[in-house]
Amino acid sequence: MIPELGHFALVLALVIAVVQAVVPMVGASRNRFTLMAVGRPAAQGQFFFIVVSYVCLTWAFIESDFSVHLTAVNSHSDTPLMYKITGVWGNHEGSLLLWAMSLSLWTVAVSVFSRNLPEAFVARVLGVLGWISVGFLSFLLVTSNPFERLLPAVAEGRDLNPLLQDPGMIIHPPLLYMGYVGFSVAFAFAIAALLSGRLDAAWARWSRPWTTVAWVFLTAGIAVGSGWAYYELGWGGWWFWDPVENASFMPWLLGTALIHSLAVTEKRGAFRSWTILLAISAFSLSLLGTFIVRSGVITSVHAFATDPKRGLFILGLLVLVIGISLLLFAWRAPKLSGGGSFTLISRETSLLGNNVLLAVASASVLLGTMYPLFLDALGMGKISVGPPYFEAVFIPLMTPVVVLMMIGPFLRWKDDELGRRMRKLAPALVASAVIAVGVAWLVGHISWRTVLGLFLASWVVLASFQLLAQRLGERAGVAMGQRLRQIPASWWGMWLAHFGVGIFIIGVTMVGSLDDNLDVKMLQGQHAELAGFTFTMQGVEEIDGPNYDAARAHIMVTRNGKEVALLHPEKRLYRAQGMPMTEASIDIGAFRDVYVSLGEQVEDGAWIVSLYYKPFISWIWLGCTLMGLGGLFAVADRRYRRLATRDAKLPAAQRVA
Amino acid sequence: MKARHKRMILIGGGVVLLVAAVGLVLSAFQQNLVFFHTPSEVAEGKAPIGKTFRVGGMVEEGSIKRSADGLTVDFVITDTARVIPVSYRGTLPDLFKEGKGAVVQGRLEENGMFRASEVLAKHDENYMPPEAAHAVEQASKAATTVSQ
Repeated sequence: MIPELGHFALVLALVIAVVQAVVPMVGASRNRFTLMAVGRPAAQGQFFFIVVSYVCLTWAFIESDFSVHLTAVNSHSDTPLMYKITGVWGNHEGSLLLWAMSLSLWTVAVSVFSRNLPEAFVARVLGVLGWISVGFLSFLLVTSNPFERLLPAVAEGRDLNPLLQDPGMIIHPPLLYMGYVGFSVAFAFAIAALLSGRLDAAWARWSRPWTTVAWVFLTAGIAVGSGWAYYELGWGGWWFWDPVENASFMPWLLGTALIHSLAVTEKRGAFRSWTILLAISAFSLSLLGTFIVRSGVITSVHAFATDPKRGLFILGLLVLVIGISLLLFAWRAPKLSGGGSFTLISRETSLLGNNVLLAVASASVLLGTMYPLFLDALGMGKISVGPPYFEAVFIPLMTPVVVLMMIGPFLRWKDDELGRRMRKLAPALVASAVIAVGVAWLVGHISWRTVLGLFLASWVVLASFQLLAQRLGERAGVAMGQRLRQIPASWWGMWLAHFGVGIFIIGVTMVGSLDDNLDVKMLQGQHAELAGFTFTMQGVEEIDGPNYDAARAHIMVTRNGKEVALLHPEKRLYRAQGMPMTEASIDIGAFRDVYVSLGEQVEDGAWIVSLYYKPFISWIWLGCTLMGLGGLFAVADRRYRRLATRDAKLPAAQRVA
Repeated sequence: MKARHKRMILIGGGVVLLVAAVGLVLSAFQQNLVFFHTPSEVAEGKAPIGKTFRVGGMVEEGSIKRSADGLTVDFVITDTARVIPVSYRGTLPDLFKEGKGAVVQGRLEENGMFRASEVLAKHDENYMPPEAAHAVEQASKAATTVSQ
């Protein structure tokens, strides 16, 4: 009964989505306020029914209702409660329902936090979001009904893929989806601007916080996913340039370009068409990502579906979205030109340079990800494009991005003098080069990659502090505490996020140059040495997990005779699927991780053990955290609220006049 | 300098940058493509020697042999028609088993031994690497053509 209720709620949500897609749009074009006013309640009603539907599905998982096909395939009565709940999105149908729910949540947020925007504009935004929702809800209902019954019911379920039974899995998909789907708001704002012909600084200011929040979610989602891959896949890698990772990285690169381009549109009125194009592209890449991941064109832990009908549906949706929005862009964009002019040496130029480089980087990932798929689809042979390609492309493309990132904030808008700026910037650049060579020599690893990475990282750190000092020096005579407080939150956001990039580069460089690993065969009592650490195998015991059996090793890690950690890597066998799983054990430190994973048992009772030394790897995620925090600071800026109130008062005052 | 000239420099610089970036991407792309060959193609000498490529198929039953140190593993990949001996040093993915599909990446040596640098992991018990499935399918197609 409950699953039918969930199915029914989903149908109702679709009906409301159609209303939300059509009525406010008609109202906006005919200037009828009664019709526009339908948007908000429709968005909220749609959200209510999707939540009801989602709760019904979760109930089927918690109660282990194996008469529901999805539950029977993805859950088991012995699965821990946490993984029953998260198992809801550990499959194609459920994850799409989560997608639809995120979209609906964003829509409700727009309907609540848009009281100060013009009614016609909000109506159009909600209408566009309604259309996207219609697309996804009908996709769910037509091709991927999560409530499909399995008759007769089975006695026991097949359990969730063991790789997904992990705490990282609890938060990775919702964060990533909030990010992916969040770009739909930026997209809807862009389409509404094209429809209404209103694209000015105020528009950019409305759009900016939404885009930044989506970007923060995406950053967090990617970082958590990368952390999950690091400790769960058991090879100690943190990024594999896997098509699925690329699928989330492409919208991130364009989203990064978009938040910077929006800044120029808000401050200077320039880059308008480019901003719109980026908003359309970022959302299209989010959809493409959903297509790549969910259609089964690639096989990985993320690809649940292998039904070609589903892939075609998303592809059709993608073609519709891109086609319609580009047509609209081609028709309307010529009217948008204009905006502040700027010269060669200006902050605009540095931001434009970064935008172009980020877009090229995104396109290069697209090429590397899609080309093998195209060849395969056309029957022209099977190839693969691995990490060497992406590394060969990314280092030269990102190096100027990082340099420009730190030069840009020193430049003035509109026009600046190169000579004066260079004199100011030169000392930090020279110091960075010296530090880079010095540190590379100290750690005994002088290669161009290490030196370049360290140079960029030191440059970011030094220039960040120089920028802070300059900012504080602007108001001599005022008390330091007051000067600090007077810096707006958005400036701190920019500073933190850029600083985070520096920390990230340190992590990537150090772990890339100095990491070390060793595969050894170990019997009880045997030792192995790696990077100054001694690993002693103290024994392996059998343990009983809730839905798996495992061999758990006790490995003592010591350094110079002192105990560092006792690690417990496991080799699990999940009962329901008979699937083996490696569970790595990690001693996390500020400057290094020690990582141990258990391989197989060989004839004489010994185990193959993989030992890894990962210097500075935590800095990668620390850097991501700082970037995300920077985004939150930027959104918290008071001017969004202050100016929003002013925007709201303005038309009222005019009416009185 | 006139505004028009400045604009030309800006656009010209942008175009040069873009061309350089695209050139970089395409050349890196060309150099790093990894091709796929079936065991039959390798046996017929269609695969290059000393260049990285991928081979897929089934791990032949009873072919997995570990060396004394337990780290080097020798096995045979087959597409049911032809076989290719593979040698790999390192940890194997959890789901690497005899009689199951596998894809290896590495180089072919003069003596016909494939030295793998990577054995591709599967994520699911029922999942067959598409390259492996493709190889077996090709071989069975070839077999039916021959028998006709």
